[in-house]
Amino acid sequence: MSEPRKAVALISGGLDSLLAAKVIQEQGIHVEGINFYTGFCVEGHTHAIRKKDRARPKRNNALWVAEQLGIKLHIIDIIEEYKDVVINPKHGYGANLNPCLDCKVFMVQKARQWIEAKGFDFIITGEVIGQRPMSQRKDTLPVISRESGADELLLRPLCAKNLEPTRPEREGWVDRDRLHGFEGRTRKPQMALAASFGFEDYAQPAGGCCFLTDKQYSHKLADLWKARGERRYELDDIMLLKVGRHIRPRPNFKMIIGREEGENRFLQGYRKQYTHMLTTSHPGPLVLIDGDAGPDDLELAAQITARFSQGRDADSVDIEVHIPGGEVHSLQVQPMPGAAIPRDWYL
Amino acid sequence: MSGSELDARRMLCPMPVIRTQEKVEQLQAGDTLTVFCSDPGAIHDIPAWCRVNGHEVLDIQQQGEEITIRLRVGEE
Repeated sequence: MSEPRKAVALISGGLDSLLAAKVIQEQGIHVEGINFYTGFCVEGHTHAIRKKDRARPKRNNALWVAEQLGIKLHIIDIIEEYKDVVINPKHGYGANLNPCLDCKVFMVQKARQWIEAKGFDFIITGEVIGQRPMSQRKDTLPVISRESGADELLLRPLCAKNLEPTRPEREGWVDRDRLHGFEGRTRKPQMALAASFGFEDYAQPAGGCCFLTDKQYSHKLADLWKARGERRYELDDIMLLKVGRHIRPRPNFKMIIGREEGENRFLQGYRKQYTHMLTTSHPGPLVLIDGDAGPDDLELAAQITARFSQGRDADSVDIEVHIPGGEVHSLQVQPMPGAAIPRDWYL
Repeated sequence: MSGSELDARRMLCPMPVIRTQEKVEQLQAGDTLTVFCSDPGAIHDIPAWCRVNGHEVLDIQQQGEEITIRLRVGEE
C-alpha cells in the first residue's frame, strides 16, 4: 500500500481552519498543522498580563484545534519577516492597519516553503469565498494562490466546489465530491459541519485573531510611526501597545500607564530600557516614558501620573523619576485634574 | 541522553512554546528539557504542545510567578 498523501493545514485556531483540516483528514490524508506567530496575534498576551483576566480559562486555540484533530502543530515565529508585510503591504490595508491580503499571501508562501522542505504534497486553508471583505473574495483568492507561488497546490476544502479544481483534486489525491461549496458571510454551514463532526466549544473571535484589525490598536501603532518619523517597530513596541493606558501630551513623548497590578508588573520588565516614574507618597501606577522627554516634559508627566494615583485628590504627590542608567530624581507635584487632560491626548 | 535548560521567563505565550519547540528540535529522543517561564499560559500551552507533538511532560512546578516545566523528548 502506498504512503498516504501529506498536507499541511494553516491553523489559526478558528473554526474554519479546524473544519478544513478535518475534511481532508477524513479522506485519509496525513495532515499536520502550521501556525504563524506575527507578534500581533490576539490570544495569550493580554490574558496573561491583566490580573482580572488571569482567572479566565486560557488556551492556545491553535493547539486546542490540533488536539481536537489529533495532528502535530508547528508554531512558527515570523515576527521579523512579517514587519515588511505590515510596513509595506503591496495590496494596502483594510479598515485599519490590517494588511490582510498581503498577510495571507505571505503565510501561504511560508507554507509552500515548508512543504517543499518537509516533503508534503499540498496546502490547506480554511478560506471561504466572501467570508472576509479583503482577503477572502472571489477575485482575491487566485491572487493568494498565484503570488504565494503555491498555485495549484493550495486547496480550500470549504469552498473548493466554487473554484477551479486544484491539483490534489485533479490527480485524485482527494475526492472533490466530498469537499464543500460554502460562500458568503453566513456561519451556518460551518456550524452545521462542526456539529456533524461533534466539535463544540470552538473559538469564534468576533474581531478576528489579529490586533491589526482593532481600530484603537491601529491608532496607537500609527501614532508610534508618526512620533518616530518612520514606519518601523520592534517586538517590544507592539507588545507595549497592547498594555496600559497610552497618553501623548506632547509630540516628543508618550506615557504608558499601568492600569492595574498585572500591567504594572508587566511594565516593570521594561524599567531598565525606559525612563519610568512611580508615586512614593501614595499607591499608584508604574509609568513608562517613551520618547525624548526633557525636565519640563517630566514635570508634566509627573502631574499626569499623580492624577492616576490614589493621591489624585491630594494637594501634592511625591514622584520618583528613574532614568535608565540609575539616575533618580524626586518631584513633588499637584495632580492634574482629570478634566484638564485633553481627550485627544489619549491614544 | 542529556538534560538541557531553557530560560523563557518574561516571554508571553506563544513565545515560550516556540522557544521550547526550537530547543526540542536540537535534542534527541529521550533527552530531558527544563523550561523556566513566567507566563501562566505556559502551564497550559507547553503541555498541550507536548501532547500533540508526542513529548512527555514529567513535572510542572509553580513557585510564585515562576513556572518550571520538565519534559522528555519523544520519538519523531
